[in-house]
Amino acid sequence: MMSGKTEAQASGSFMQDLSKVLRQNIRDYGMYIALFVIMVIFAITTNGIFLSPRNLSNLLNQTGYIAVLAVGMTLVIVIRHIDLSVGFLAGFLGAVAAIALVQWGLPTLFVIPLVLGLGALAGLITAFPIAQLGIPSFVASLAGWLIYRGMLQLATEGTGTIIIPDAAFNAIGNGFIPDVPLGGPFEQIHSLTLLLGIIAIGLFIYNDLNSRKKKIAYGFEVLPTAIFALKLIFISGIVGWITWVLANFNGLSWTVVVMLLVVGIYHFITTSTVLGRHIYAVGGNPEAAELSGISVKRITYIVFGSMGMLSALSGILFASRLQSATTTAGTLFELDAIAAAYVGGVSAAGGVGRVTGSIIGALVMTSLTSGMNLMGVGISYQYIVRGVVLAAAVIFDVATRRAAR
Amino acid sequence: MTTAILEMRGITKEFPGVKALNNVTFSVKRGEIHCLVGENGAGKSTLMKVLSGVYPHGSYTGEIGFAGQVQQFRGIRDSERAGIAIIYQELALVPELTVYENIFLGNEVRKGALIDWNETIKRATQMLAKVRLDVNPEAKIKDLGVGKQQLVEIAKALSRDVKLLILDEPTAALNEGDSANLLDLLRGLRDQGVTCILISHKLKEVIAIADSVTVLRDGQTICTLDAHEGEVSEPILIKHMVGREIEQIYPPREHKQPGAVVLEVRDWSAYSPSLGRQVLRNVSFTLRKGEIVGFAGLMGSGRTELALSIFGNSPNYRIEGELQLKGEPRQLRRPSDAIAAGIAYVTEDRKGNGLILIQDVKQNITLANLRALAQRSVIDANAEVKIANEYRTTMNIKTPSVEQRVSNLSGGNQQKVCLSKWLFVKPDVLILDEPTRGIDVGAKYEIYTLMNSLVDQGMSIVMISSELPEVLGMSDRVYVVASGRITGELSVSEATPEKIMELATN
Ligand SMILES: Nc1ncnc2c1ncn2[C@@H]1O[C@H](COP(=O)(O)OP(=O)(O)OP(=O)(O)O)[C@@H](O)[C@H]1O
Ligand SMILES: [Mg+2]
Repeated sequence: MMSGKTEAQASGSFMQDLSKVLRQNIRDYGMYIALFVIMVIFAITTNGIFLSPRNLSNLLNQTGYIAVLAVGMTLVIVIRHIDLSVGFLAGFLGAVAAIALVQWGLPTLFVIPLVLGLGALAGLITAFPIAQLGIPSFVASLAGWLIYRGMLQLATEGTGTIIIPDAAFNAIGNGFIPDVPLGGPFEQIHSLTLLLGIIAIGLFIYNDLNSRKKKIAYGFEVLPTAIFALKLIFISGIVGWITWVLANFNGLSWTVVVMLLVVGIYHFITTSTVLGRHIYAVGGNPEAAELSGISVKRITYIVFGSMGMLSALSGILFASRLQSATTTAGTLFELDAIAAAYVGGVSAAGGVGRVTGSIIGALVMTSLTSGMNLMGVGISYQYIVRGVVLAAAVIFDVATRRAAR
Repeated sequence: MTTAILEMRGITKEFPGVKALNNVTFSVKRGEIHCLVGENGAGKSTLMKVLSGVYPHGSYTGEIGFAGQVQQFRGIRDSERAGIAIIYQELALVPELTVYENIFLGNEVRKGALIDWNETIKRATQMLAKVRLDVNPEAKIKDLGVGKQQLVEIAKALSRDVKLLILDEPTAALNEGDSANLLDLLRGLRDQGVTCILISHKLKEVIAIADSVTVLRDGQTICTLDAHEGEVSEPILIKHMVGREIEQIYPPREHKQPGAVVLEVRDWSAYSPSLGRQVLRNVSFTLRKGEIVGFAGLMGSGRTELALSIFGNSPNYRIEGELQLKGEPRQLRRPSDAIAAGIAYVTEDRKGNGLILIQDVKQNITLANLRALAQRSVIDANAEVKIANEYRTTMNIKTPSVEQRVSNLSGGNQQKVCLSKWLFVKPDVLILDEPTRGIDVGAKYEIYTLMNSLVDQGMSIVMISSELPEVLGMSDRVYVVASGRITGELSVSEATPEKIMELATN
């Protein structure tokens, strides 16, 4: 979530406080503001269609398979590496899932862990030359890009597109969580979604109040009260609004549930655990990390292994969404994931970047696609616009970092 | 000779939460060697960064007059053009490039659009002669020792027709011979009309070389002393720097009967595949409980290599020999093994492999022992802050909060963060590699006192140091290392500077 730091100086007027907090944390808030601006622009240019329940629901579902990749890619970039193989790995593993379901007749509940395991294994294999031999990850994963592309084509060669008839599997990419029929005024509303949204807001407010209280008890700096309240209202408002919109449509989709779980788990690991701290230490200064007793090799394996597993998840989400495995699945996913991570504030110099930021980055990138599709912008222009946004994000990152000196 | 070449007036520079410079006045006469001294975090480096445009005009208040003009540098290029060259605390050469390429980096000798390499090499040779450095201009920087690299930096500055040369702690990483050599060179440059500002914590050399000395304390100018009026001595400088008198530089040390052997290394040899040579040959030594053992020697004699090879062999040497901890033979394959076995190593290169500069003070302090703060691998964030604040207090680390990035701390305070990190590991054997490099007199005394209390509590310390007085003042026993071998072992009563130097150079 957003965190803020300020000096514990006598606080001035509300507006002064606000502009100070924004200025000091512009790097953290920048992408939220960017996402907000993009949404407002598309809301206007599409006469509100962009913000319609159907479109928002779709948008979130489309973000899913890029978002999980972006989460893994964040950590890869944090430890100063890159993984180009993830797109075709996702495509290939999606095909493996389809073959396992259709040709081998395995049950969904068995296929999913199998494919995730294969993904993790593939990640470890990519990591081997990088960790053991010091081969640049760009090259090692480029080899993976070629190999998995070939394997995807081999897998789909005989059959062409493999249609997946399995309802349970397809629900991951297309289904929604079940509703609790409440009747009455809730007849038209997906009440479980609404309930979950309210619980989420409640937990968020409780957590933030609690940690603020603890910080005050320890005598640490906290945000000025008015700003803190504004932040609570703003975030609760956005979560509440999205919940309301989704509840008025089909409710929360399984894809969004998966995405939220992945972000939640990775956010927790990166911010609160020893492993997370070790990953950022390796990214910040590998030599110092090694001398502090952290095995850089081990961290490299873990991060690439997780990347491979998330690639598998991405492949499952995508195949399930299309209800089939195609010969071109996964094309350019890696670039979208890398772009999402950079838009989300990851630094190529290593050691900096949050998974929550990368999710916002992924949302920015899919919003651009979705909004421009609605506006009827040609695909060639879409690439150009997305390129410009990516460049702008990185320039913004470098500029704010310089200003922070 | 008496006109001022530089006048800095009313300079104030603030960082979030810190007023690094507060209305500083600093004036340097043409053609003098002007030393700038003060405690860690007093603002010396910051003042020089303001002067050289690292902090551009507008990011500080006050006025800079240089060479008779008011200057508003927007960046280092501007100050370079005006004839100011600064050599930073950490060297800025490109290790993979040759000496001549480095000297003319960013200032290439051109012939049309191309670089005139023959002319470059010719001029580089002249510059090297000027700094009296006898190396092949085609040698790579990484193959030179620190002392020689320092001289290449100066040659680089001179190649730009410099009027004012600023050196930020140039001798911190040099041994006595190289230091003396460098000071000699500065005197020579002064005679050729180059003005020089020198920042140093080594007060002896300040007294030996300075024409004037300015003392900073807490971001303010305390005074400027004229060495030719005879008012400069070590006690006077220290009094101005710390605001009180310090009688001794080394705390009293009683050499107790040491305890059982804690660490024993026998016939230890190491071959470096990446350097393609033998770095250690048949080294044997012992360390007892409650003992401080000094390792003396010249730069590059192999002491750091010895420490690293013991501390889990991170450089991947091929090692032969035996290592025993408390009488048991051990194989320490990684730094984590060594840490688990109770060894800690405080590096000499804090920026290169000691600290994670982009992380904050608390994260650096706890990095090597995070598990102590974690339950089932989840870090207790509040306990972390508490621990960090304890070290901030006991080690007297100057920082607005433990959430400050370490890159924003002054050099000496970064060193204290490094030390804190390894004390938090609570080791039995503490290897200190140049522990007081870049540390002010007051803080040195604190560190020495700390070392004494650590050994009193039963820790054993290996102290690698190139400062002979420090080795003699603090050690119970001294090993002398030269070219990867131990050339002698002296008890503190028999050790003298002459004996050590003789063993170190043979
Ligand atoms: N970029 C920065 N951001 C925040 N604070 C800074 C920054 N640079 C320096 N400071 C602070 O300014 C003060 C002066 O630092 P400076 O590096 O000038 O000290 P110094 O006199 O050179 O000390 P040392 O002898 O330890 O090198 C210190 O308190 C330091 O923490
Ligand atoms: Mg300094």
